[in-house]
This record gives sequence, C-alpha cells and structure tokens, in this order.
Amino acid sequence: MNYLSSEDVRVLEGRANDIRLSIIEMLVAAGSGHTAGPLDMADIFALLYFSVLKHNPEEPNWEDRDRLVLSAGHICPVLYATMAHAGYFPVEELTTLRKFGTRLQGHPHRTALPGVETTSGPLGSGLSQAVGMAIAERMDNPYTSKFIYCVTGDGEWQEGQMWEAAMLAGKEQLHNLVVIVDRNGIQIDGYTKDVMPLESLRDKFEAFNFDVQEVDGHNIRMVNDAIGKAQSVYGQPSVIIAHTVAAKGVDVFERDFRWHGNPPGKGPEDRVSRDEQSKVALKKLRTLGGMIEPSDS
Amino acid sequence: MFASHIDKKITTPDVDMVPSRNGYGEGLVAAGEQNEQVVALCADLTESTRTHLFKEQFPERFVQVGIAEQNMASVASGMAAMGKVPFIASYAMFSPGRNWEQVRTTIAYNDANVKLIGAHAGISVGPDGATHQAIEDMALMRVVPNMVVIAPADSVEAKKAVVAAAQYQGPVYIRVGREKTPVVTTEASPFAIGKAEMMLDKYASSERSVGIVVTGTLLYVALVAGRELNEQGIAVSVLHMPTVKPLDTEALASLAAEHDSIVTVEEHQAIGGLGGAVCEYLSETNPKKVGRVGVHDMFGQSGTPEELMAHYGLDQAAIVKKVKEVV
Repeated sequence: MNYLSSEDVRVLEGRANDIRLSIIEMLVAAGSGHTAGPLDMADIFALLYFSVLKHNPEEPNWEDRDRLVLSAGHICPVLYATMAHAGYFPVEELTTLRKFGTRLQGHPHRTALPGVETTSGPLGSGLSQAVGMAIAERMDNPYTSKFIYCVTGDGEWQEGQMWEAAMLAGKEQLHNLVVIVDRNGIQIDGYTKDVMPLESLRDKFEAFNFDVQEVDGHNIRMVNDAIGKAQSVYGQPSVIIAHTVAAKGVDVFERDFRWHGNPPGKGPEDRVSRDEQSKVALKKLRTLGGMIEPSDS
Repeated sequence: MFASHIDKKITTPDVDMVPSRNGYGEGLVAAGEQNEQVVALCADLTESTRTHLFKEQFPERFVQVGIAEQNMASVASGMAAMGKVPFIASYAMFSPGRNWEQVRTTIAYNDANVKLIGAHAGISVGPDGATHQAIEDMALMRVVPNMVVIAPADSVEAKKAVVAAAQYQGPVYIRVGREKTPVVTTEASPFAIGKAEMMLDKYASSERSVGIVVTGTLLYVALVAGRELNEQGIAVSVLHMPTVKPLDTEALASLAAEHDSIVTVEEHQAIGGLGGAVCEYLSETNPKKVGRVGVHDMFGQSGTPEELMAHYGLDQAAIVKKVKEVV
C-alpha cells in the first residue's frame, strides 16, 4: 500500500475538491445527469486515481495496469472528471458530457473513451465483469499483484446479479478483487432503507466469504488504510463499505435522495432555488479551499 | 441433385443421427487446442451442453458459475477484457434468453470477444415442454448490433462453426439442438461465417420454381422435401443458410433471381428469425412471395420431438405443403 503523509492527504483533498467543481460544471452544461453519487465518491476517486491505482493515463491500455470497474455507471461524472484531472483527456472536454458526438456518454462506454474499462449503466453487471477479470488474471498469473477494483452503488445491491457475482467471487477466493460500496443510503425513489433495506450488508458479505471493512468514505487516510489491508487479504475477495454522505461537499444538497438523479438547476428547492443551485454549489466548493469537512457519518 | 459434398447416407435409412450439441463439445476442444486463451464457462449444465469434454481436457480453463446465467454472461465479458476467448453455454432459453440485457450491454455493446452457445434450441427439446423450448433466441440475438447468429445444420457443421467462432474477433451466438438429428454435411462441406451453400439445385422442369432457404437442423427435412417436390415435377432448390446474421445477401439475391417464390424453413418463431431476415431483405431488393415454415406465434408444449414437429408444421410434409402454397 501507499503510505500517505499529512501533506499527501491535503493534496488529495484538494484534488477531490477540484473533481467536485468539475462535476458541478459538467452537470450544469449537460442539463441532466446524477449529482449525489458523483459528489460523494470524489474523495475515493481522487485517492484511487492519484495514489492507489497502477495506471498510466498516457498509455490507457498498458497491460499491467490495475483495473477500475465502475459498476454504478450512472455516477460516471466522477469517473470522467477524475480521469480528466489525472491526464487521460483535456479537462475542457468534460463539458461535452451527454452531448451528441461526445466520448463522455451518459453512461460510460468502453469503446468510446480510452481508459474506461467497461461499458456500464444497467445496474448489477459491473461486479460480474470485475469477477471475470480477476479470474482471468489469476489463470494467467496465480501470484498476481494486479488488483481489480470495482466501485458499486449501494442500491445496486438490490440487483440479484450482484449476489450471483458475489457468490462466485467467494467461491473462487478472489483476493485480487477489491469491491468498494458507495453506502450513501439513497437511490432514485428514496432512502435505501425505505425502498428496499440492505442491512446488514456486513453480515451478508461475510456470509459470501468476503473480507469486510467499513470506513468513513470521506476520510481519505482511512480509506487508504482499508485498501492497503484489502490488498493483503489472502483467499477471500474484499469489500470496503464506504459510508458516504449523499452529495457530499455541497451542504445544501447533502442527504436528500432527490439529488440522486437531478443536476444543479433541476433539483429540489427546499434549501436553495433552482436558479441559485449551480452558483451556490460552485461557491461552496471554492470556499472549501481543499479542506473536506469532517464526516459525521 | 444434392450437392456432391453432403453425406451420401442421407438418402438411405442408415443416415447418422447425432445431436448437434455434440459438435459444440468437440469444436470447443479443438478450439482450445488451437488457442490457449479459449476458456469455457457453464451454468450447471456442463454435460448436457457437452462443455464437459473441454472441462476434462482443460480443467484449469473451465469456470463453473452455478445456476446464474446473467452472471455468466458478464463474467465472460470481464474475462474477454483480459484477453480470453470465453465460450458460455447453457440452454438457449436461459442464455441468451434470461440474460439478454447482459448479453446486449456487457458483451455486444461492449464489443467483448465472447461466444454464446444456446443448447436445447427449438421445440424438438420435446418432453421438457415450452418453458425449455427456445424458439425466440435467434430473434433476440439478431436485433443486437455486433452479434453474429449461427444455426448449424448438424454436429459436423456445429464443430466447424465453433472453431470458426473462436477465430472470429467479436460476439457470436451459436444455437444447437438436444435431439439426435441427421448428419447431412461432411468434413468436405464448406463452412464460413456469413456464407450460404446451395445444397440442392432444382431439376424438375416446371414452369414455376421455388427456392427454399433453410437454417439449422431442418436442413435434412428441407432436402428430402425438395427431392420429393422435384420428383413430383415442381422445380425446387435448397439454399442452406447456417449464418442468419450477417445474412449472405449475395446468395439470397441469386436464389431470388432464379426462382419465382421463396420458402424459409427454421425451427424457430416465423417472426424475427430467418424468415424475418429473408423477408426484410427481399422486400427491399426483389419483392416476391415468401412462405415461412416456422412456429407461428405460439408456445410449444410437451410431446415427442416427432409429434411436436408435425403439430407445429416443421416436418417434411409441412415444407411440401408450404411450397405448393406459394409456387
């Protein structure tokens, strides 16, 4: 694992803030898309792309790279923004999100953009693909230190296919697979506990032979430590349940499930009017100055 | 008469009877010997789909996913992303039936180099009943971009199709049957993805003629029906079309140019499969009367294969009748 100094953590927090700004800008330009998930996963994506992943933005198909599979394809604004900031393509291209002819399809498409490992969006199938990658890698290299990371939503675990994939990962003892669950507690129709309760996720994963860790998904050092431990697990796949605050970073959007599938300018107006939503979000993020507020989750 | 390369025994009672699924098992082993990246996945139907032949030979390249066809499709996609050439096999009703969206998104749209084998295709599955009789699978796969759709005529051709699919870059769907069916083709018979083959040239000298286009294991009955019709004085040719997508439009155009009307024959819904594909093509290029032998918008049921083929109008008598209707 990579050990992070306090300075490293501060730099990553700054990256996460830049990513959040880009997310807001691209969603406003697109006029549609998902807000809450991308914002709340910005810290983890900054950590992954700027510290954890073995990858090379100048050679996206480098054979020995780690693989990052985004199973919850709808949170792709955070993937695209992070990839742009990491150097895969110009940051200016981010505002083409969802527009005709763009490489930044509304849900990620592998053949459209180098560096996107797989096409996703229909929920539940990304984990299976990550499991397939982990099995194939192990066939070729039983002592592999190449990791397959799979980012899933939490609502996504209502899909049966996720548990089919989890069952196979447990059976195959895929210790080169690290699953990260964005446990933000919301989905498009409401709070996960109301739509379809998921708990106890920990018990469920343990029953499927996963090594389970739970972390504050906004505490970069804590997530990094968990990934380091996951990398050293043997004979089991790992899952990190990252407890996040939906729409983290823009306080007037946070924790409201109605921000799941709406962009700034089209969200709920209880706390901020539609004409003000994008301005308030950008101002809020600019004044954070790289400091991520302590999570209270 | 019949093409010179087909098995001479088809005109005798000694015709070899082999399930076309056997060709999958043998072809998979051959493909595995040719290319060490070939891997196989199965969802608890390893022996029934004949994947066990590969499993026995290459145990380290076989993945048992359990009864989980949706997972199997996407796991295969992930393996393809790492350079493998995965074959996934189940009953056609479950794959590509149950897992259609995973096949569409994670294999076809994702352009993953995965090969799908739909075993127990057609109503000749018999006593298992309609739940297990896939007669919609070619339609499901044909509408998906990037997907190649093949219905081999017999076990010999199925083996060739599997080897060809392993060499082809991109998604391929191959349907095979459960029941023993006549072996028509031989090692000498040509096979290439996307190529049709004339198997019977009309030899009666009637004023009007009919071109039969057939896919899959009904090739045998189409040939014997064609011979019967020529003997009765009706000029009939039989074009064997194992690849339903991409359609061999050149061969189809020639057939249409040389015959007054067309009959399509398939063990599948008359909607959306070979019959649909032929009608779509001809209506845009050379409109003429097309009769379709297939299942007409119904589900199957339990019964012996023979009873079902007769009941749903997929046997020799049904082909003869349809030709006489359209001639």
